[in-house]
Amino acid sequence: MPLLYTQDLRREFGGVIAVSDVDIEIYKNSITALIGPNGAGKTTLFNTITGLDFSTSGRVFFKGEDITELPAYKITRLGIARTFQNIRLFKEMTVFENVMIGRHFRDTHPKIVKNDLLNFVIGKVYIKKNEKNIYDNSIKWLDFFDLLNVRDEYAKNLPYGKQRELEIARALATEPDILFLDEPAAGMNASETDRLMKTIKRIRDLGITVVLIEHDMKLVMNISDKIIVLNYGKKIAEGTPEQVRNNKDVIEAYLGKTND
Amino acid sequence: MNFFNIPSNELLQHLINGLTLGAIYSLIALGYTMVYGILKFINFAHGEILMIGAYAAYYFYSFLYDPAKGSSFIMAIFIAALLIAMFASAALGVLIERFAYKPLRKAPRLAPLLSAIGVSIILANLAALFFGTKSRKFEYPFDNTIIQIGSLNITPNQVMILGVGFVMMVSLKLFIDKTKLGKAMRATSQNQPVASLMGININRIISLTFAIGSALAAVAGVLMALEFKVYPTMGTMAGLKAFIAAVVGGIGNINGAMVGGIILGLLETFGVVILGIPQGLKDTIAFTVLILILLFRPSGILLKNIKEKV
Repeated sequence: MPLLYTQDLRREFGGVIAVSDVDIEIYKNSITALIGPNGAGKTTLFNTITGLDFSTSGRVFFKGEDITELPAYKITRLGIARTFQNIRLFKEMTVFENVMIGRHFRDTHPKIVKNDLLNFVIGKVYIKKNEKNIYDNSIKWLDFFDLLNVRDEYAKNLPYGKQRELEIARALATEPDILFLDEPAAGMNASETDRLMKTIKRIRDLGITVVLIEHDMKLVMNISDKIIVLNYGKKIAEGTPEQVRNNKDVIEAYLGKTND
Repeated sequence: MNFFNIPSNELLQHLINGLTLGAIYSLIALGYTMVYGILKFINFAHGEILMIGAYAAYYFYSFLYDPAKGSSFIMAIFIAALLIAMFASAALGVLIERFAYKPLRKAPRLAPLLSAIGVSIILANLAALFFGTKSRKFEYPFDNTIIQIGSLNITPNQVMILGVGFVMMVSLKLFIDKTKLGKAMRATSQNQPVASLMGININRIISLTFAIGSALAAVAGVLMALEFKVYPTMGTMAGLKAFIAAVVGGIGNINGAMVGGIILGLLETFGVVILGIPQGLKDTIAFTVLILILLFRPSGILLKNIKEKV
């Protein structure tokens, strides 16, 4: 059974059908790329899956559970994380705090959050133990991305490439089973993209399933196990990079500009 | 040292008076600024939340108040009254948010603002209806005879206001900077959708923000009540002044609210002494400050890069 799948997922904005009855299947431990021309509904699909937006109809299943109606924070706690096309860090917090906050609410039942306030008042015993855990995990992810030396910088002061990595680190700190990356290579130069490619593979090797939206075809063709192609909100093709590359519909709709 | 021909002992006296007033403004201003930090609107019902807290404390306290029972009993019921006020105001703040602001969260920003003004009018009038418009004296829980330190006159109540204000503000700072929930509040104020993707329950954080801000207002309400009595419109002017204090410090900025409150308290006290503004026109000082700040430093007197939103 796929780790995550959608059934006839649909999102309409007034008369515009941004996502039109899309079925996707994401298998565990794979890298899946979601491609398509601008406005094809890729980000909207991400938003409806991760709970930032709601679907007009259709269902989303994760680990066999229907998560369609769940709010974003519950979906995160179940093990889905994401990054954004335009970086959205907590700019006024340090690098370290950004990652810690990703870790904070993972596996934390709402009851424990409540008790934390009590603990703050009466003794902080539990908090200390919990904080140690959070600390160690945050260090682990900062190390993974080589960000330890800038841990006390404000996020807004990092160079662009580092901000992108920090955003991924923060998403990973929520200890997800599946990670959604929205155009992770946007604005990166060739060597940064190479590095990113390796990073994504390293993430997959940790046992984390990766789904990414990307326009950089070299990156997509290189690392994807499966590619799903959207156009005008509809899924027009899916398969291995080889299959997609040779698919007539895809060439027409997406790579059509090379038809001269 | 001699500013404007004020004897230095008198200067110190005004300083204490100004700080006391400022501490109260700061406590109230924190509520405005915390709510603004997270929801980007001014909770104009904040002053009335303070008033309801003060009434809750007043009824509990005066029901049990009996000078014959000794000073430690009175102090104990006063502390209990303070806690009851905090709880009542926190509950009221959370309820108001739930029913008057939350349904308007996606509406244009003017809508919750108008809703807040409506809630404020309703609460003040309900209070007048049920509690009467008469001012009620809140008995001091201790002997409030002036203590003389050299030529300095200070009342035990002033000492309490400064002490309680200090403790509350330091606790709030620690809570926001050091705890997980504090961090969640900061994250929510910086970016709500992303905070929710970190597993933070935004609605709970918003409720918590209202609860804390309202509880601080209740503390200010009780401290004010000791000095100025309890009446249905007691929160109106105090609320406006504290709002100005929050703007002075930079609305949305926690440190700014604390600093802004103190500055406004000092300006009001020294304005009367130095500029010779008649006591009756004392309120004009705050509003003049508001106009000047909005004209020259609309983002507050603190620099932007040390801004810490909540």
